[in-house]
Amino acid sequence: MTSEIQLAGFGGQGILFAGKVLAYCGMLADREVSWLPCYGPEMRGGTCNCSVCLSDDPIGSPVVNEPDLLIAMNEPSYTKFITAVKAGGYAFVDSTLVDSADVRSDIHEFRVPATRLADENDLKGGANIILIGKLIKETGVISMDDIEAAIRKIVPAKKAQLIENNLRAIRLGFDYAE
Amino acid sequence: MAIYQKPHALEDISMHFCPGCTHGIVHRLVCEVIDEMGIEGDTIGICPVGCSVVSYDYFACDMIEAAHGRAPAVATGVKRSRPDKFVFTYQGDGDLAAIGTCETVHAATRGENITIIFINNTIYGMTGGQMAPTTLPGQVTQTTPFGRDPKVAGYPVMVCEMLSQLTGTAYAERVSVDSPAHINAAKKAIRKGFEVQKNKQGFSIIEVLSTCPTNWGMTPEESMERVRTEMIPYYPLGVYKDITAENK
Amino acid sequence: MANERMLMKGNEALAEAAVRAGCKCYFGYPITPQTEIAAYMSKRMPKCGGVFLQAESEIAAINMVYGAAATGVRAMTSSSSPGISLKSEGISYAAGCDLPCVVVNVQRGGPGLGGIQPAQSDYYLATKAGGHGDFSVLVYAPSSVQEMADYVVKAFDMADKYRMPAMILSDGLLGQMMEPVVFPEIQDNESPKEWACTGHGNKRRHNIINSLYLKPEELEQSNIERYKKYDIVKAELPEAENYLTEDADIIVTAYGASARIARSAVNAARAEGIKAGLIRPITLWPFPEKAYADTVETAKAYLVVELSMGQMTDDVRLATSCRRPVRFFGRTGGVIHTPAEILAQIKQIAKEELK
Repeated sequence: MTSEIQLAGFGGQGILFAGKVLAYCGMLADREVSWLPCYGPEMRGGTCNCSVCLSDDPIGSPVVNEPDLLIAMNEPSYTKFITAVKAGGYAFVDSTLVDSADVRSDIHEFRVPATRLADENDLKGGANIILIGKLIKETGVISMDDIEAAIRKIVPAKKAQLIENNLRAIRLGFDYAE
Repeated sequence: MAIYQKPHALEDISMHFCPGCTHGIVHRLVCEVIDEMGIEGDTIGICPVGCSVVSYDYFACDMIEAAHGRAPAVATGVKRSRPDKFVFTYQGDGDLAAIGTCETVHAATRGENITIIFINNTIYGMTGGQMAPTTLPGQVTQTTPFGRDPKVAGYPVMVCEMLSQLTGTAYAERVSVDSPAHINAAKKAIRKGFEVQKNKQGFSIIEVLSTCPTNWGMTPEESMERVRTEMIPYYPLGVYKDITAENK
Repeated sequence: MANERMLMKGNEALAEAAVRAGCKCYFGYPITPQTEIAAYMSKRMPKCGGVFLQAESEIAAINMVYGAAATGVRAMTSSSSPGISLKSEGISYAAGCDLPCVVVNVQRGGPGLGGIQPAQSDYYLATKAGGHGDFSVLVYAPSSVQEMADYVVKAFDMADKYRMPAMILSDGLLGQMMEPVVFPEIQDNESPKEWACTGHGNKRRHNIINSLYLKPEELEQSNIERYKKYDIVKAELPEAENYLTEDADIIVTAYGASARIARSAVNAARAEGIKAGLIRPITLWPFPEKAYADTVETAKAYLVVELSMGQMTDDVRLATSCRRPVRFFGRTGGVIHTPAEILAQIKQIAKEELK
């Protein structure tokens, strides 16, 4: 099985980091993984996206053209990528920053006010991870154990508070009900 | 009293330089310094492209031939990988101050612990006498047939003056080899450059005003006279930078 | 971190593997999309007694490599397409002096300033026209982050063994993407370099590193000797991966990033009942001709897939002696082909060539 994931938003929202967390999860589960960022001038503050593939077979193209899963964290990203999601796929949308109406009836779309939840819970910058929490809940492509291990792996041990915050963000997204 | 003989660091083969050219003198001075410091076995030299392109055959230490203008970059690679060795480049004016200006300036500003022997004879010798970055205003060359017109071809690059502005430059001196007294002073300057390197004090450059009788269309004697009457007034001799003096 | 699976960018994996392979000196200059190599080296080298220096230009960087290599240490520089054009002077000199060194090209779109997105349009530059004069360099084309690490090690070893520059021809996709990588156990393959300029220590005659021969006959002889060495290299080094080629009617051929995408297309074609296969050259010079010659009796047609306007096609035609149709499909300028696009090409060929 292969999951192709597209993450997109503004620079500074932690898009690349969120992608990295997912890729680590896959690796820790002994799967094949790839992570491909956009790069160039647009990373310096403009829109930002990255592609993550998790698979049981060797990964061909790391470029995701038709994602199974989309995480969209702002309006331009939503508009740009929502039409590309495979029929039957999933979209996780930060509804604090995305207003457009739901345009796809053939996919599972979940709207989470992730930026607001992050602000309310003293988790500034944690909206990306809150959306991953929701993704775990709805899709099961990665497990809670793996995500926790991945976060502990990526965030330096001396930043214990940051690890704690990320785990809290995951839980917040996981438990969120529309 | 010392008996005059060929320095050990100079290979015993005949040189290709034209009669009256001062490259031979400068080669000999560099080799005398290497002998006196006893560093031939620990020295790696870099040759340029220009008249001294085959000097790797003349210097008895290990030698590397560089691409045109790139000797300071090559020397940087050598020195960084073998910091305990003495590294010098031997470059002409076209090599150092035209095509290799970038490499020269940056080796200096990094304070690269190397010594550059810079031959300024105001002309491209090897290719047959074209304008050099150091060609004097009014000087006739193959590519300035009516004399170098600064309005068209700009002004000479004053290498010692320019490099002495850089913090990384530890020692910069302009010398001449037109008289026995100047030759002795030139040798002292070259020695100083190598001593600065030995003490890991940074970048040293010795600019040597030299002759090119063939391309100047002069006899060796007239060439020496030109150095005295035309070049030295334009390119004043002297120490332009010496951090060892400043530190005293 | 021996044998641990690590998630790293291709550029960083390559840099780490180079250090482990004994690279003592790295000289570089910032250019997208390879800058991570320089950034990694700037942190890593001082910790292991190596040299990192940011050069004033690509030209200076390759000449610093030339100087360091001349003293017998393992030295590397990296850049992306426009920077490699600048380095070609130094690469020619290193080849002319038989100096081992490694040059990494993380390709981007061209010509000119081009773009910064992945491309494979420096194939000719790497394999045919690396600089002026009669010479070649070893060219390795990794296709994954793991291979970015593995082949930089091999490049150092083979450069030393054959005394010639080696190039890693990568691209922005492989440089920027992260995948798991396990670093290889490093064998000490460095042989003594008696020819190096290390200071003769008054124990031998001076060594000279030089590519100048003023007598034409001597230069000719030196070139002839070097080409004899190339004949040995051509016999010993070609490397390719054949995937499902044994019974393949249509053989797709691609290297580097393109090969990954082509493989997905080959699998999709098989799923639709088309007997497709893949030849993935790993050495681009020497070109793995045998991998093609071995298939030419059974294959009906070849499809070259590149992120360029078709630079490898010539070599495939030569390797198959023009006995089968050789088609080309590519995207260029930084656009990356999709497996679906390649599959459409395979189907088209199946329709036209398999009757």
